[in-house]
Amino acid sequence: MKYTEDHEWLREDGDLVVVGITEHASTQLGDVVFVELPEPETKVAKGDEIVVIESVKAASDIVAPVDGEIVEVNDDLADNPGLVNEDPLGAAWFFKMKVEDMSQLDDFMTEDEYKDMIE
Amino acid sequence: MSELARTPLYELHSSLGARMVPFAGYEMPVQYALGVMKEHLWTREHAGLFDVSHMGQVLVRPRSGDVADAARAYEAMVPQALLGLGEGRQRYGFFTNDAGGIEDDLMIANRGDHLFVVVNAACKDKDVAHMTAQLSDACEVELLDDRALLALQGPEAEQALARLVPAVAAMRFMDVGVFDWDGTELWVSRSGYTGEDGYEVSVPEARAVALAEALLAMDEVEVIGLGARDSLRLEAGLCLYGSDIDETTSPVEAALEWAIQKARRKGGDREGGFPGADRILSELENGAARRRVGILPEGRAPMRAGTALFDGATEVGHVTSGAFGPSIEAPMSMGYVATGVSETGTALTGEVRGKRLPATVAAMPFRPANFKR
Repeated sequence: MKYTEDHEWLREDGDLVVVGITEHASTQLGDVVFVELPEPETKVAKGDEIVVIESVKAASDIVAPVDGEIVEVNDDLADNPGLVNEDPLGAAWFFKMKVEDMSQLDDFMTEDEYKDMIE
Repeated sequence: MSELARTPLYELHSSLGARMVPFAGYEMPVQYALGVMKEHLWTREHAGLFDVSHMGQVLVRPRSGDVADAARAYEAMVPQALLGLGEGRQRYGFFTNDAGGIEDDLMIANRGDHLFVVVNAACKDKDVAHMTAQLSDACEVELLDDRALLALQGPEAEQALARLVPAVAAMRFMDVGVFDWDGTELWVSRSGYTGEDGYEVSVPEARAVALAEALLAMDEVEVIGLGARDSLRLEAGLCLYGSDIDETTSPVEAALEWAIQKARRKGGDREGGFPGADRILSELENGAARRRVGILPEGRAPMRAGTALFDGATEVGHVTSGAFGPSIEAPMSMGYVATGVSETGTALTGEVRGKRLPATVAAMPFRPANFKR
C-alpha cells in the first residue's frame, strides 16, 4: 500500500490501482453522508478532482493520484456512504484505475512515512 | 485574530475528547468521540448536554423596580409584546433595525422584578451596547460574566434534570424559574434550540463543571457538540443568526411572523413603535417579495449554504443552511426564494458543483417538534 499527501491510499491489484482514503482522513472528515463517484471509462490526469465526499461538516474532493483511466467505481458508497467511516481501508474503496506507467506510484509514501506525516 | 475565549467547561470538554473549533470568538466543542451523527440521534432519543456558555446572558433591571417599565422600554427595540408576558414566562424575539432587518434573535424572560435576556454569542457586545443606549433611562443593563449556560435537550431531559431538581418536571414549554440545587441557584427555562423538549440552565461559573458532571454521570445523558446542535436546529426549522437571518432579512421574509404578537401589529393596542415598523407592519399585511422556506433535495447530495436555486432557467433564491438530517435520513436545507415559488411542493433545482439537481420546497420543521406545552 502507498499513501499520498492528500490522504489517499493506493493498492496495486494486478494491472489496476485501487484508491481509497485513509482512516486518518475519514476521522478528520467526520460522518460521511454522500459520495459522488466518476463514470467508469473516464480518462483522468493526476490532480483532477474526481470524487466528492460530503461529510456532516463539509464537502471535500478526492483527486486522481496518477494519470490513467477509471475502470470501476464502488457503487456501494452511493447507497451507504457511512462505509467510508466504518471501513475506509477495505469496503470503502472509491475506484479502480488502469495505470499505464506503474512507476508513477514509486514516489508515494510508505505506511511509515505517511504515519510520520500525520503525527 | 484575537485570542479565543474559553467557557468554564473548557477543561471538561478536552477531557471528554472534544474536537475544539473557533466559534463566535470562543473555542468550542464541535463534536466528541461519538461524532455528529450519533450525537444528533442520541439527543432525539435520550438527552444531550450542550455547553452554550458562549451566549450572552443579560439582566435588564427597571430603575423603578416595576418590571412593566422594563417591558415597555424594551418594546421599543423589538416587535414582540412584552407587557403581556407573564411572570415566569419566556418569549422568542428579535431586535429589528430601521430598515426592518433583524439585528439579532434572542430569548426574553420575565423574572418578576426584571427581565432576563439571552442573546447570540457573536452579537452580544453589539446587543449590550444597543440595549444600554436604548434602555438606560429606564433600566440597568448588565451582561453577566460569572455564569455558565448549559442546555439539556431530548425526551429524557426531564427525568434527568428532575433527579437533581425535582420541581423542573412541572415546568411547561417556555416557563422560567429559579431553583436550588445543592445550595446553588440555578436559573432554568424549559426551552432550547433543537426541536426537543428540554431545559436551558444558567449556573454560577464555579459550579458549572459540577452540574455538567452530575448530569453526564446519568445513563441517559451524553455530551453533544455544536455540529449536532446545528443539524438538530436545522431539522427543527430553526434559524441560525448570521446564516438564515441577518440585518438584511425582515421578519416576514424570514417567516417569523408567528413571533410578532397581535398587540404590536396593525390595529393592536401597541401597534408599531419598534425599528422598521413601517416595513414590517406592511409586510405582515401584504407579504414580502421573498420567503424563507425549507428545501428538500431529491438525491443524497446536500445543498449547502450559498447553493443557487432555480425555477426553470430563472434564479429564484439561494440556500442559507444545508446539511444532512440524521433523523430524517436525508439532506435538508433552508433558504430564501421568490414568494411566487415559495408554496410547499414547488419543484425547483439547486446548482451543486455546476449541476442543477432537483429539490422541492418543503414545510418546516422537517421533523415535528417535541415540546411539553
